[in-house]
Amino acid sequence: MQDTTVLSMRGICKAFPGVRALQDVDFTLRKGEIHALMGENGAGKSTLIKVLTGVYAKDAGEIFMDEIDKPISIKSPQEALNIGISTVYQEITLCPNLTVAENMFIGRSKDFFISWSARNKRTKEILENLGIPASPRQQLSNCSIAVQQMVAIARAVDMECKILILDEPTSSLDENEVQKLFRLMRDLKARGVGILFVTHFLDQVYEVCDRITVLRNGELVGAYEIKDLPKVDLVSKIMGKELDVLANIEKTHVQESLDREDKPPVVQVENLSSVSGIQPFDFSTTQGEVTGFSGLLGSGRSECVRAIFGADRITGGKIKVKGKSVKIRKPKDAMKLGMGYLPEDRKNDGIVADLSVRENIILALQIMKGFFRPFSRSQAEAFADEYIKLLNIKTASSNVPIGSLSGGNQQKVILARWLLTHPDYLILDEPTRGIDVGTKSEIQKLVLKLASEGMSITFISSEIEEMLRTCSRLIVMRDRKVVGELKDDEMTQGRIMQTIAGGAAKNE
Amino acid sequence: MNREITNTKDNKAAFGSMLKKIVRMNLFIPIACLAAVFVFNAFTNPDFFSIVYKVNSNGDGLLAGNLISVLNNASELVILAIGMTFITSASRGQDISVGACIAIAGAVILAVVADNMAYYQESGIRLIPVVLLGCLVAMAFGAFNGTLVAVFNVQPMIATLILFTAGRPISSWITGGLSPRVNVPALNAVGNVIPGMPIPTPIFFAVGCMLIAFLALKFTNIGLYTQTVGINEKSAKLIGLNPKMIKFITFVIMGVCVGIAAFLKVSRVGSIQYNYIAKDIEMDAILAVALGGNALSGGKFSLAGSIIGAYTIQALTTTLLANSVPSDALPAYKAVVIIILVAIQAPVVKEFARRNWSAFRRRREPSGKVVS
Repeated sequence: MQDTTVLSMRGICKAFPGVRALQDVDFTLRKGEIHALMGENGAGKSTLIKVLTGVYAKDAGEIFMDEIDKPISIKSPQEALNIGISTVYQEITLCPNLTVAENMFIGRSKDFFISWSARNKRTKEILENLGIPASPRQQLSNCSIAVQQMVAIARAVDMECKILILDEPTSSLDENEVQKLFRLMRDLKARGVGILFVTHFLDQVYEVCDRITVLRNGELVGAYEIKDLPKVDLVSKIMGKELDVLANIEKTHVQESLDREDKPPVVQVENLSSVSGIQPFDFSTTQGEVTGFSGLLGSGRSECVRAIFGADRITGGKIKVKGKSVKIRKPKDAMKLGMGYLPEDRKNDGIVADLSVRENIILALQIMKGFFRPFSRSQAEAFADEYIKLLNIKTASSNVPIGSLSGGNQQKVILARWLLTHPDYLILDEPTRGIDVGTKSEIQKLVLKLASEGMSITFISSEIEEMLRTCSRLIVMRDRKVVGELKDDEMTQGRIMQTIAGGAAKNE
Repeated sequence: MNREITNTKDNKAAFGSMLKKIVRMNLFIPIACLAAVFVFNAFTNPDFFSIVYKVNSNGDGLLAGNLISVLNNASELVILAIGMTFITSASRGQDISVGACIAIAGAVILAVVADNMAYYQESGIRLIPVVLLGCLVAMAFGAFNGTLVAVFNVQPMIATLILFTAGRPISSWITGGLSPRVNVPALNAVGNVIPGMPIPTPIFFAVGCMLIAFLALKFTNIGLYTQTVGINEKSAKLIGLNPKMIKFITFVIMGVCVGIAAFLKVSRVGSIQYNYIAKDIEMDAILAVALGGNALSGGKFSLAGSIIGAYTIQALTTTLLANSVPSDALPAYKAVVIIILVAIQAPVVKEFARRNWSAFRRRREPSGKVVS
């Protein structure tokens, strides 16, 4: 029973223009197991799920279900549902203004006449059966997020799914709610449902999962029994280096940090917390220093820097800039204090797609300069041309919309936007994500050059080598908490991973 | 022989690329729409373009003709199209309370003037505070709309539906349900002609507003900010903009436009009928924005396009009237033409045209290749 395979995917390939999102990936899900799918951003997790649920058509490979030797084809999410594959997404995709019972049955019946009393009764049965604290007639939006998640799961269960995909269901839940959800997952597992669990929280994986499949850069790293894989190994698998190899890697770049000790910090924060729910943290940086926030995705790296920049509303703590206490209520306050912030999500938070490269470059400086003092066209063009040349941005002219450039060049434009404001402290959140190798190293070199000219920089990257190459000090985070700080000799891949995984750091 | 062919081919290619450039121009379609209306007139009614110098009953000389009447009658619409363009760009929605707000502001202006007509008959300067009052009232209602949209995140069309519904009753309440009639020379001069000036006064107001708008685009960042907010609000926030404030301001700007348009409207006839004044003008203003090649989903805009769109709509109305379409049937005719104008701008149609055009070119290519 335990070893019956409910789903197996063989040699799945999927390419998008310019990216090979999945290359020859295998995945097996057994009946009655909770299987974690892990990997950093861009590893191919969501692509794999979308292939499985029929959102994307696979380029190659086969999918089998129930140990039947005939490959099945899934052309649409509806078809996936029909053969018993249900998905519950991170964002609730139910209708908040309908009742629980309505949400349970919506879109599932083609009958014209329906009996709501029967449906309410049936819903009540299911909810009680699964121990979900909700009433059928309750409006969904009145339930907590966790209960809404559970209703979505209950809906999937009632549709007799054999495979349940949970895509980061816990990211917006608190500890208590997570436990409730886990109880439900274990319950379903006992009923023989195969659960595919996508999450970034290490502790949760070890608490509830049986096996782990790790993806990296669209390739399969491996599938492991949870008891055979210590946390540290898992972190190294996700990040892409074997630990024993790592220990011997010599640092390519060690910055002098001795003479910085006596300099006053450019930015210093104490006990800072924000609405994003990070644990209060301390941080400071001196002139010309490159600091890094390291941790897995969702560990709170971005939330920390967003709090410093005022992008998330600050709920407590102190910020000092060059020794003076300051209040940062909104990004403009931070900008006036000489900060810049290149956001993680270039497409949604960074570029203004329809505006030209020129306008995108001058935006931040223009906003600081003021509403009634626009730059003349020639001045704006001079700025744009200067930075296009300086950063080697490949564009036909400064007049084309930024949306038409490649990802790497878009990123350089955003970088130019902030460099133009000549900040004292520049935050770069994943500046190298999703861009080509050449541009990556260009950006790294630029970061070091700017630091040597006296700019303080915080550099965040999922790629640990990149962090080692550029940063002189690393703040390590796990589960929205700062768990360690590493500098100089302590900065090795092994050490970082141990700190991320927890445990080893305490032995210092 | 061969050489000649390549030469003509090069010329053709050069001409083709020039044509392509013109077609790709942002304002190509708005201008083409306006031109289409004029071309239609050139064939059916060449008199449309004649402008004559006439002396009216007061002994004042003035220019008359269909073109002048297009420019004159489009004035309010042009002014409103400016405000609508900013709102569309920043809030990704439209204000449908414009006509109703004109009724309110117009009622305020007329009520004040009617209250003490003799005072205002003496000197035109005394009208200025009244106009400012009208603008202020309209700005207050604009601020109401703007608050709903920016602070409470109500969809613009729903937010402005409130005043769309309530505006005309409010107007009726201000005038006490009556239609006050005023006879003030200065007001008449604003709505029609200033004695001695051969061009209708509303045209000056429209030109003035356009001028102010273009100067604002040049000497402030209003264009850059509204577009940034409309394209990517999250991004705008992270570079220090306050999207709420900017959306709010666009609605207040619309208030100014409404105030001026209301002043022109009541000046034309010296009276107000709260149920008919500026009826459906909001739809024409929205249409002007759309005809100007601007996406109603906000973001990038061309103010010139909206203004051309406004004149196109008025030219269309005047054309239909000149072709003796009964005024009751006018909206139906207008609708037909507008379907065509909007359809040719639709991306689907553009894509279809492009595909067929290149297929057409390909079909012609082989004959050329055979010769060479």
